[in-house]
Amino acid sequence: MKFLANKNTLVILLIVLIVLTPLLMNRGAEFGGADGEAQEAVLEMNPGYEPWAEPLWEPPSGEIESLLFSVQVAIGAGAIGYVMGVMKERKKIASN
Amino acid sequence: MSKKIILAAFVGLMLVVTPGASHGMHIMEGFMPLGHSLFWGAVSLPFLVVGILSLKRSLKEDRNAKLYLGLAGGFVFVMSALKIPSVTGSCSHPTGVGLSAIIFGPFATTVVGTIVLVFQAILLAHGGITTLGANMFSMAIAGPLVSYGVFKLLGKAGVRKTYVIFLAASLGNLFTYVVTAFQLAWAFPGGPGGFGGALAKFMSIFAVTQIPLAIIEGILTAMVYSMVMEYVSSEGVTILTNKA
Repeated sequence: MKFLANKNTLVILLIVLIVLTPLLMNRGAEFGGADGEAQEAVLEMNPGYEPWAEPLWEPPSGEIESLLFSVQVAIGAGAIGYVMGVMKERKKIASN
Repeated sequence: MSKKIILAAFVGLMLVVTPGASHGMHIMEGFMPLGHSLFWGAVSLPFLVVGILSLKRSLKEDRNAKLYLGLAGGFVFVMSALKIPSVTGSCSHPTGVGLSAIIFGPFATTVVGTIVLVFQAILLAHGGITTLGANMFSMAIAGPLVSYGVFKLLGKAGVRKTYVIFLAASLGNLFTYVVTAFQLAWAFPGGPGGFGGALAKFMSIFAVTQIPLAIIEGILTAMVYSMVMEYVSSEGVTILTNKA
């Protein structure tokens, strides 16, 4: 278990490194969404294309959008934590 | 029993509140000609039907399946909300569907992925209803199929489990974006390079951006999987070892 914890710490550090590298390498970049870039590419290559549908609703601001994202992560992480806890306890009970 | 009700309520709430993912990957509303939209919808629909049946069977066969569903669903929610910067100077996010594909199989994962895509389209204006079929095919069908295939093949070859899971999730993630690039190039081959040029362009936008993210997804999936396997009591393992 202790070994696993150490190994997990190492891989988490690796993830942090992977995330930080682009930020340091590409300081001037916008870091916008890849989907937005695809949208631009479509219109650039096909100037005549008219998108024929619009989103029904969009979050009114970046703040609202990040609120929704935080809620999403909180719920997901809560579910994972809950399930892990249940499984850990079940195993404890089963092994007693 | 009450635990199950709480979990069901939790999963239900999760499905309703989910805002889904911003900037990332999905083909935007209206950005697929009508014929292509219908084609991908028609291709994806049978997978959804088979998926619902497969998920129902899993839930019936294994009393722990609801727990795993909560876990796999939660994982997709967390992963698809993490917009991560990439070497290309833009952001994208992991899909999180690899874990579900490994636990429940590729078809049941179509259901999980579709639910996320629908709510993303409705609540966050990412992806879209008209492009749902195309997005389902890349993220909820092709990606999970690759993850599951890699998991089965390498699993049989006796490669160490952690590496198998890592590769399954990473390759599934990467393949999702390769499919997206292909779908867009097929629909919009209008540039000077024709289909090939468009494919190269969309690949550079989606697939290259995705490489570091695929690695992250692989690592996290392997971590969560190994934790699950550590906690799982012997009677609960069925679904994790033999589900198709």
